[in-house]
Amino acid sequence: MRTAERTPHLELIRDASLVWLASGVVGVSFGAIAVAGGLPVWVPVVMSLVVYAGSAQFSAVGVLLAGGGPLAAATTGLLLNTRTAAYSLAVAETLGRGRWARLLGAHLVTDETVAFALAQPDPVRRRTAFWVSGLGLYAVWNTGVLIGALAGDAIGDTARYGLDAAFPAVLVALVLPALRQDAPVRRSALLGACLALALTPVAPAGVPVLLALAGLLAFGKGRTA
Amino acid sequence: MSATVAMILALAVGTYAFRLVGPALHGRVELPARVQELLSAGAIVLLTALLATGALTEGGGFAGWARPTGVLVGAVLAWRRAPFVVVVLGAAGTAAVLRAAGVA
Repeated sequence: MRTAERTPHLELIRDASLVWLASGVVGVSFGAIAVAGGLPVWVPVVMSLVVYAGSAQFSAVGVLLAGGGPLAAATTGLLLNTRTAAYSLAVAETLGRGRWARLLGAHLVTDETVAFALAQPDPVRRRTAFWVSGLGLYAVWNTGVLIGALAGDAIGDTARYGLDAAFPAVLVALVLPALRQDAPVRRSALLGACLALALTPVAPAGVPVLLALAGLLAFGKGRTA
Repeated sequence: MSATVAMILALAVGTYAFRLVGPALHGRVELPARVQELLSAGAIVLLTALLATGALTEGGGFAGWARPTGVLVGAVLAWRRAPFVVVVLGAAGTAAVLRAAGVA
């Protein structure tokens, strides 16, 4: 592991490629589920390119296939994506200064890219981590969805490979350094997670995670205190 | 089918608008250091809430034992500063083995 420590770029690509691989497989399953449910191939493919948000896409297609109608599908997806507004504020500096960097970078704001960026120790590495993980993720996610939509349900249930456990674990690995170092952040995150868990059985999808932001009440005066 | 197109468009435009909030405001509005600090903390709070609900719940109910156990193994590995690859594969592998053994 000595070489990896000396070359942060290689380390980043090694870590990100695992997330790419897992996301690619989930993308295949998204394409397959949408088409197996009776939607034409272009629906999951176009949706992935222009919406580009895994959980919102799954939910929207789920609502659509369950007969919930397009309005409910869009509302559910949008509710799930409100958190990206908070992410975009947190990484605004990281995207870069140019107009195109901002416009393109905004589209790449996801749970994974923000977690990768915020896990880096300095602004330069943060920017690299955001763009490398983001562009790679966009490429594999959309390629995966296209393959799944064309090939159908060949890989079966991704839960069999434990992929549903891989994504929370990715986030654990990426947020743990911040939680370990920073007591105000730790307090806020624990309170927020408890709130979200308590609300999950009763609130619509997307709302519990958003309301977790109330955990910031435990932030106090922060590090300056 | 045009309703589906409208749904995709609404979802795409709305999502992009959310994502553009930060970059659009950046440089125009000078945020106090305190707000910057809260924004970074807020992102970590959201990610933590997402991983907690993602690890434990599915469709508003309990996700079953295999997934949370897998995530817990990943968390212990991460706590012991195992490499990222080990954390993720440990979590997925545990959940997969448990399911193969018949644990939901």
